[in-house]
Amino acid sequence: MSTPLLVVAEGAIPARAQMGASLGFHIIFACFGIAFPAVVLIAHWIGIRRGNQVALVLAQRWSKVAAVIFAVGAVSGTVLSYELGLLWPGLMGRYGAAFGIPFAIEGIWFFVEAIFTAIYLYGWRRLSPWVHWWSGMPMVVAGILGAFAVVAANSWMNQPSGFTLQDGRIASVDPWSVIFNRATPYETPHMVLAAYMVVGFVVAGVYAVGLLRGRRDRYHRLGFLIPFGVGAVAAPIQVIIGDILARAVADQQPIKFAAMELVDNTQRGATEWLGGIYWNGEVYFGIGIPYLDSILVGFSPNTEVIGWNSVAPEFRPPLANLIHLSFNGMIAIGMGLMVLGAWQAWVWKFRREVLSTRWFLIPAALAGFASIAAMELGWIVTEVGRQPWIVYGLLPTEDAVTTAGGVPVTLAATVVIYGVLTATSIAVPWLMGRRWRAPGAAGEDTVQTPYGPRPGRVGETPA
Amino acid sequence: MNPSGATSAVAVLLFVTIAGYALFAGADFGGGIWDLLAGGAKRGAAAREAIDASVTPVWEGNHVWLIFGLVVFWTGFPSAFSAVMIALFVPLALSLLGIVLRGVGFAFRHEAERLSTKRLYGALFAAASVMTPFFFGVVVGAVATGAVPANPGGNVLSAWTSPTAVVTGLLFVATCAYIGGVFLVADSERRGEPDMVRYFRRRSLAAGLVAGVLAAIDLVLLRESAPYLWPRLLGPALPAVVVSVVGGIAALVLMRSNRRHLLRGAAALAVAGVVAGWGVAQYPWVLPGAVTLAQGSAPEAAQWALFVALGLAVLFVLPAFVWLYWLHQHGMLHESEPPPAPALAAENRAAATNRAAAATRPALGPHPILETAVIALVVTGIGRDLVRQLFQRRNRQG
Ligand code: HDD
Ligand code: HEM
Ligand code: HEM
Repeated sequence: MSTPLLVVAEGAIPARAQMGASLGFHIIFACFGIAFPAVVLIAHWIGIRRGNQVALVLAQRWSKVAAVIFAVGAVSGTVLSYELGLLWPGLMGRYGAAFGIPFAIEGIWFFVEAIFTAIYLYGWRRLSPWVHWWSGMPMVVAGILGAFAVVAANSWMNQPSGFTLQDGRIASVDPWSVIFNRATPYETPHMVLAAYMVVGFVVAGVYAVGLLRGRRDRYHRLGFLIPFGVGAVAAPIQVIIGDILARAVADQQPIKFAAMELVDNTQRGATEWLGGIYWNGEVYFGIGIPYLDSILVGFSPNTEVIGWNSVAPEFRPPLANLIHLSFNGMIAIGMGLMVLGAWQAWVWKFRREVLSTRWFLIPAALAGFASIAAMELGWIVTEVGRQPWIVYGLLPTEDAVTTAGGVPVTLAATVVIYGVLTATSIAVPWLMGRRWRAPGAAGEDTVQTPYGPRPGRVGETPA
Repeated sequence: MNPSGATSAVAVLLFVTIAGYALFAGADFGGGIWDLLAGGAKRGAAAREAIDASVTPVWEGNHVWLIFGLVVFWTGFPSAFSAVMIALFVPLALSLLGIVLRGVGFAFRHEAERLSTKRLYGALFAAASVMTPFFFGVVVGAVATGAVPANPGGNVLSAWTSPTAVVTGLLFVATCAYIGGVFLVADSERRGEPDMVRYFRRRSLAAGLVAGVLAAIDLVLLRESAPYLWPRLLGPALPAVVVSVVGGIAALVLMRSNRRHLLRGAAALAVAGVVAGWGVAQYPWVLPGAVTLAQGSAPEAAQWALFVALGLAVLFVLPAFVWLYWLHQHGMLHESEPPPAPALAAENRAAATNRAAAATRPALGPHPILETAVIALVVTGIGRDLVRQLFQRRNRQG
């Protein structure tokens, strides 16, 4: 295929790189906005219910880390709102009336989340325990609903519906079927679960490192178990949803699916490639399992799988190998994490202990990175696989990109700023952790956060 | 062609959002400007502390107005949104840069104390507080003068480098400083800090004067550069302009009294009046001379979706906000000290000396979460089979 090169060389590249970088950054923080409140509340619940001091300390410390992460999520999300206009005026100008609706709903839920975050974060001292616990609950609900709304916007790009066109302009809109388009029922749960996996395994990973270093106290064991449990529950469900999602993609976006599975010509009995690189009609370095692709798509070796050669070269996604390998990577990680979770669950069922072997703890410490990687890979599959369309089948990406100059400059700025931001958002919780571990530091948790009112007048020095 | 009722309502919603952002976030930007001008680390310490205490709790909530405004703009008037975004790419990108730097400065400033980069973050925050309102002003100036065409082919540099646009930018900065100063006077009074009251009183007075002069210059410039806006400013929009001027002067007078609620109200009128005046003067254009409200509006169903979102906001966000403020006013929200962690160090030592200790059971009862995990595994296994069955049947039928 010589087409990928052509498409890549076209004008939208800087804008696409910038959009991808900003989204790939935001989504990590968004995951914490979606799933972290639930993890915190589980620890909090154990703390109150069982009078478990360790769980309470965990909940409180996590809530402070959450506040810093949420602020970065809000800033990077604002960047995205701008970029939709700055980089893709052709998309917003033509389809803003439809595409914008889910974002209007999204805003409401994030507002709710921000308010209750403030209440929860500063309610530790004076609210009665259960009122306080319940004040955290809206964060969980709003996080899920907010994610639902944004991902519905993305599903709409994959399966646009709910509007009629007249002279290339939207003439009427059906907001309901914009939000509940054909891809929404699959994409949204998959993303929400991804968020729970990311948060669960990342937080657990922090404590896994502690356990590896020989800090085997209750604090570390519990700090590991709670988030790991969340991730371990989400993992198998995620694999099942992913399986259903793949079939939906095969049905709704067959050319994307062809790239995911390296199917060039439409065929029955298609081979499933594990790994592998497509070059001039051949797949190299891959393990091919005959018929499996057809079986996965239609439960029969006879199922027909559509290949990309069924459409003209300019309608095929670029970089089929990237899409295919990303897809494989996501699945491999998903399976691996499921096994890891099941292993600990098994041991817990019979022995009630946290596994202490290095064979478990080292992968567990890395599970957070793995789940983030799986999530990013999944988005690459979705977004690059949709190319050359920005709105599937309707609007080519090139027609949507801004005609204003200067995108390379903003791209460079984006990369630099996000690099620094990433470093800082890792460094700050890390430093918090160090402070918490310092001897005699139990009373010194005066993390100041950008959310919520400060306690009246305090004598602390300002920054 | 006059816009329909729903279209006008969306336009009003958009301008209310702009006014909300100008007022609340404007005050936060003003705080940042005074932070920048507060002088050396020692001399400015008290002022910076007051600013920090006033702005920290609210900046992020106030920031949501902007996000909501963008959403209303692109959903309500997509084609005009797209034209503005193309023609004014540069000032918009710069305002965004300011927003990011400010947010970052804010988020990490307190933590930075320990990173000993606190100064850098403080400077980021303060400088960005000047940059953002300036470029927003430039954008508004460009739109109001009718310099944004309906179908720009790329950046329109002349649109936002005109004297009117630049003066409008400066006017925005001065206005933010003014409104921020006034709010800080009120806040300092509430906290009972006469020194700070005096400090900010002097400064907002100065900022008010500068803003007044800039507004006058801007008006003179608009006469030449905004052939559509100018007559309407002195026509239908005149009441709003008068309200704004009266409010601004009233606030300066009220500053000597102890009526901080009135004071805030008067300053708010000054800002809201300007925004309302701008809106009325532009009617019925979104982009004067290029796109009218009626031409640019989204289909009615999309507008209704916006109202539904607004309804949801009233239903969910408002009560939550009331509760937050109630809790705050009743002193229920505090920075917390954590409950002392149980003696863990000893446990760690035991673990280190005795490897068996690692394998002892944690002192917890049966753990519901992991039991759920196991059950979930089994259930999802069964569920998967079920799903397969379902799909298979459908497959055979189809
Ligand atoms: C922790 C993260 C994670 C894990 C373990 C998995 N996924 Fe995934 N996947 C995502 C995170 C993700 C994602 C980042 O959240 C995506 C991008 C868009 C979306 O809705 O979810 C996604 C997209 C995505 C798509 C593309 C949808 C589209 O193009 O519209 C498919 C077909 C799958 N996934 C399938 C799977 C399968 C079969 C998995 C089995 C192991 C799997 N995913 C595990
Ligand atoms: C609801 C959420 C999302 C929306 C509305 C969205 C929207 C967009 C848009 C408008 C573009 C540019 C046009 C295009 O290249 O097709 C894009 C591209 C891209 N997005 Fe998304 N996106 C979303 C989520 C994500 C996430 C979370 C990631 C995370 C990694 C991501 C990764 C990318 C990448 C890598 C590209 C560039 C694709 C290419 O150049 O081939 N997207 N997205
Ligand atoms: C799959 C994609 C996305 C998901 C799951 C997602 C989810 C979230 C979540 C959970 C938050 C709350 C952050 C926090 O409190 O930590 C957030 C913030 C935000 N997101 Fe995203 N987001 C996605 C993509 C986008 C896109 C494409 C945009 C651009 C329009 C966007 C705009 C925003 C904005 C403006 C905020 C800040 C809201 C506020 O704090 O008031 N997001 N996002």
